[in-house]
Amino acid sequence: MTEPLLSVRDLRVSYQVGRNFVHAVDGASFDIPRGSITGLVGESGCGKTTVARALTRVIADNATISGGQILFDGKDLAKIPEKEMNALRWRDIAFIPQSAMNSLDPVYTVEYQLGEVLRRRGGMDRKQARARSEELFDMVGIDRGRLTDYPHQFSGGMRQRVAIALALALDPKLIIADEPVTALDVIVQRQILDQLKELQTRLGLSVILVTHDISVVAYICDRTVVMYAGKVAESGTMQQTLTAPSHPYSMGLRNAFPDLQGAASGILTPIEGAPPNLANPPAGCRFRPRCPFALDLCGSEPPVIDVAPGHPVLCHRASESENLRIEAAKTETWMARA
Amino acid sequence: MTILTKMGATKKSDVLVSVHDAKLHYQVGGAFAAMRGKSTVVKAVDGVTFDIRRGESVGLLGESGCGKTSMGRLLLKLEDITGGSIHFDGEELSKVHRKGLKKFRSKAQLIFQNPFDAINPRFTIRQTLSEPLENADIPRSEREDLIIKALELVKLPEPAQFLDRYPHQLSGGQLQRVVMARALILQPEFVVADEPVSMLDVSVRAGVLNVFRDVRDRLGLTAIYISHDLALVRYVCERTIVMYLGRIMEDGPTEDIVREPLHPYTKALVAAVPVPNPDQSHDPLPIGRGAPDPRNPPSGCVFRDRCPSAHARCAAEVPQPRPVGSRLVACHLF
Repeated sequence: MTEPLLSVRDLRVSYQVGRNFVHAVDGASFDIPRGSITGLVGESGCGKTTVARALTRVIADNATISGGQILFDGKDLAKIPEKEMNALRWRDIAFIPQSAMNSLDPVYTVEYQLGEVLRRRGGMDRKQARARSEELFDMVGIDRGRLTDYPHQFSGGMRQRVAIALALALDPKLIIADEPVTALDVIVQRQILDQLKELQTRLGLSVILVTHDISVVAYICDRTVVMYAGKVAESGTMQQTLTAPSHPYSMGLRNAFPDLQGAASGILTPIEGAPPNLANPPAGCRFRPRCPFALDLCGSEPPVIDVAPGHPVLCHRASESENLRIEAAKTETWMARA
Repeated sequence: MTILTKMGATKKSDVLVSVHDAKLHYQVGGAFAAMRGKSTVVKAVDGVTFDIRRGESVGLLGESGCGKTSMGRLLLKLEDITGGSIHFDGEELSKVHRKGLKKFRSKAQLIFQNPFDAINPRFTIRQTLSEPLENADIPRSEREDLIIKALELVKLPEPAQFLDRYPHQLSGGQLQRVVMARALILQPEFVVADEPVSMLDVSVRAGVLNVFRDVRDRLGLTAIYISHDLALVRYVCERTIVMYLGRIMEDGPTEDIVREPLHPYTKALVAAVPVPNPDQSHDPLPIGRGAPDPRNPPSGCVFRDRCPSAHARCAAEVPQPRPVGSRLVACHLF
């Protein structure tokens, strides 16, 4: 196996809120192989966006990377000086923030905004920047003539394409996209995902796709990292995590999701309760208060167990996951808890 | 039809809501646009006809800008209709005023999309739920009891503990249940739910949807569920109306539409819904790129510029909904 492009080890990010620290990411480890799309999945507040931002070190003022390593091409991004980090942004790692609507400046034309990246970061002159901008618009399937338009003249889907073009501007190795299709209608969403996949394959990119939607993961991702309450619950190939979910949280998530291909009579089963407050997380396993399989031993910190090669699971009962999956498929299992 | 049977029909009609050729047009562009002759009319709802039977749950499905929310607002008389008519329980809504309107408001309720916006952050849950009771002149002594009952109905455990809490002390799922309780506290016959779970996390959505289904069945509610998500509509509605640029494309039993969509737009919509399953089709969608532009819809069929099967007739003539088996389809192919 070749070296992964990015290797995150025991990453910790905390926010200072008043006198307290909220550990939004509390020891996350995962690898991003070269040329793959990885889905970073979880609910709001699970730390997925914080992880994504920490990878580019564009984090809020009150946030600090308090531990761990982010190994990218032999460098530890958690430690290198800001100047060196800044040189990597756009050129090696590009970030597509949540909602392309807000990431484009409404008072400049799209060409100006692409040109800014190409000239200031890529050292191109005006003419080169123009040529590259046209090339980028061709790549994402927008008419070149629209380069001189302002963001408000584009539809939501087109703005998302512009954001993708912007991310691709300097041929990065890794693109981190935070909920790139969440605000879009299903048809546009599908078209954007197809485009992203096509570009990723053609250019041999690695992509981290932050999302709350496991159907998006099922459609486009090769690998999955499932986060819950600041920790990685499990990670593995998309097939492993979706067809053989091994953390009770992932099992529950699968039951709570409507499936258009499934039987009409299918009942959706919610996971009772709500994610914990990270300012004061429960001791031991953080999913314990909502978990139908919790035992006394879950009050202690759960171990990481490999249920299959490359499929680590953060659960005391991971070795029993096959049996738990059968139980988890039953609605009663989750109702008994409520 | 004799007068007698006609009267009987209106008295004990199966149909609760009857929409006939409803139109809602907005004037867009301000005074400056008007001066330059550039102000335009957006036809948010443009000639929509359907009936809703008592106890039926109907999904209004479509992309943003298709007019589904505008249609929902018309049904609740939150907008004044531009043309056509809507009858609720035999009464024409545009003629309902004052006392009649107050009565209508207690019978027809809206469940809002975003629970964090729909509830006054400075009101306790008790105050939030007292307000509709106050408006309906229900004596103070009876209110507490009704509030507790409404919260029990939406399955908030130990409702009494929530009464003095403020919205920020509740989770999204709990808050959406309060929004539902507020809509149901006056025991309406008809509710319009506008994307009620889109702001909630996936793991708690299912709980809110289950409560919605349960309450609807228990109270025998007639419901409209507005959404862009066919998988969710399928979960709560036996019938679906698919809208595109202010018009109905297809109307029929949800299961039939999911299994075998007929209208070219519905076909694309069904194919585009992602499923949480590694084995799924990655075929390109049978639809052209581009977005619908409500200010400037194509002539004839509004979908024709993105339709893979469009032909000359589609530009010339607006397709009227025609019965095809169990449903209505507005397309020249049928």
